[in-house]
Amino acid sequence: MNVPAALKRISDTIWELPVSYKEGMLVPARIVASEKLVKEMDAGVFEQVSNVATLPGIQRYAYCMPDGHWGYGFPIGGVAAMDPRSGVISPGGIGFDINCGMRLVLTSLTAEQVQPKLHQLVDRLFARIPTGVGCHGFIKMKGDDFRSVVQQGSRWCLKNGFANQQDLEMTEEGGCFPGADATHISDKAVERGYNQLGTLGSGNHYCEIQVVQPQNIMDPELAGSFGLTTVPNQVVIMFHCGSRGFGHQVATDYLKLFLSVMERKYGIKIVDRELACAPFHSPEGQAYFSAMKCAVNMAFANRQVILHRIREVFSDVFHASPDDLGLRMVYDVAHNTAKLEKHLVNGSSKELLVHRKGSTRAFGPGLPGLPECYQKTGQPVIIGGSMETGSYLLAGMATGADAWYTTAHGSGRTMSRHEAKKKFRGDKLQREMEQRGIYVRTDSFGGLAEEAGAAYKNIDEVVEATELAGLSKRVARLVPIGNIKG
Amino acid sequence: MPYQYRGDIAHADVAFDAWAPTLDELFREAARATMHVMVENLEQVRHVQSIELTLEQENEEMLLFDFLNELIFYKDARRLILLPGAVSISPGDVGVTIRATLSGEEIDPGRHEVGTDVKAVTMLRYGVERVAQGWRATVVLDV
Repeated sequence: MNVPAALKRISDTIWELPVSYKEGMLVPARIVASEKLVKEMDAGVFEQVSNVATLPGIQRYAYCMPDGHWGYGFPIGGVAAMDPRSGVISPGGIGFDINCGMRLVLTSLTAEQVQPKLHQLVDRLFARIPTGVGCHGFIKMKGDDFRSVVQQGSRWCLKNGFANQQDLEMTEEGGCFPGADATHISDKAVERGYNQLGTLGSGNHYCEIQVVQPQNIMDPELAGSFGLTTVPNQVVIMFHCGSRGFGHQVATDYLKLFLSVMERKYGIKIVDRELACAPFHSPEGQAYFSAMKCAVNMAFANRQVILHRIREVFSDVFHASPDDLGLRMVYDVAHNTAKLEKHLVNGSSKELLVHRKGSTRAFGPGLPGLPECYQKTGQPVIIGGSMETGSYLLAGMATGADAWYTTAHGSGRTMSRHEAKKKFRGDKLQREMEQRGIYVRTDSFGGLAEEAGAAYKNIDEVVEATELAGLSKRVARLVPIGNIKG
Repeated sequence: MPYQYRGDIAHADVAFDAWAPTLDELFREAARATMHVMVENLEQVRHVQSIELTLEQENEEMLLFDFLNELIFYKDARRLILLPGAVSISPGDVGVTIRATLSGEEIDPGRHEVGTDVKAVTMLRYGVERVAQGWRATVVLDV
């Protein structure tokens, strides 16, 4: 067990490391988890979340969500809000795969209708959505076109026939973070990114066909508001991917820049160089913020183009239009971002720079920025599980204010990739999954083994902890039947 | 064994230690360890394209960081799986310089047993150090 002796229990699901735990902590570090989950957390979580608490300008608490695990700089599942006037922006608080995120798409099809065509659907999705190492997209463009993509995000997709208006409305910020300026990105980032639009990638990125079984609907009213339950055993599609090589290059470029100026120019000393940062209002901080927005927009556009391909595949297989098949987005959630948001601090509304690294914004009802149709429900939250064990649709809660309206983003790993690969065989896992009713296609059996369900925390325990902590409320559990993996 | 993957650092990523008697060999081994994450049968990579690479950095540690990131860049931008041939590291104007010949080919999932995509080299537990037998590097790759 790695739990530090200084960890105090605040409630059934909130645990706290006080500022006395580590020299330099400016605020306490809080971990949202059940007792079982907190005991299973790796030592890196406690080390990293307390490091985050030392960053200049941090407000209230450094947080780690119940799916938290050892990451880079911040733990994965890390959350920190900085005062933009005195605080910093840190690539390690956002992650390399900027705006890695998830989409949930409804269909009006039932499992009974899809099952006879499941293999055809999965095979066609696997053929039409580029996956795996070195995959390139199907949209031919030049660097200048790509600069338009990263400045416009989903709006570029709308103009070019890859989106409809409703898609944009169901995406955070309409699928485009304002203020993205391509002059702040390197030619190298452009060269890494412009041929990757519409690609899934690999690792934990996937596109999954899932079923909403009636017994797995926890909140029928919210489920109805989000478009579920219109048919029994409704089929939905969930997918997870990000900004690909482009976002990674942006992060690497600015990580190096920040390392070179942080102490020399700004006198910022940090406890761990993975937390390299710059004052938010410095020229370097503002340039990164703008470049990061370009990567955010690339990820929105990437997921949008993939959605377009999904629509084409379903339309081909079922010989019906996407509209007739009810292919409509529930929501697009972003995982790895930093964003200026207004939150209540000591009773007053204050603008904060909220870093969410491997965590999901989960706005409660009535918050500005939500689409009109979700004003009463709160934001749909998508928490992806492992490819074997299912996923969840949840809703943001008013009680999430302390954690800057943030919740978990997935199951969270408990086993290293190295260990999982030694323990499982991808081809065997594929056969066993098919026997259990999940048809999976992959480029890499090694990669498949790394993503085995047993390498992840129990998703049911993770989402239960978020609900008990008042961060997000369970709406429905989604069961996988088909999956494509990179 | 010139490199070894580690399961005790950063569960979501891939960590390895590489070691070699000389700095030139250390860079070669670290490059192979990085590419091996993405292509499991490196012996199947044909050496049909080559690239001459020169990089300069203030020290050996940041030079390896840039060198490995360069390999990742070519994989994304040109779909190239590149392996190092001749590598020469020498003192430069402001630090150390590497001159390397990289060779390989475009990724072909039909022949290459592909693994997991590497996104970036991180600073997590990252280090290059002199040891009694030569040099050692610890690298965590974001995947």
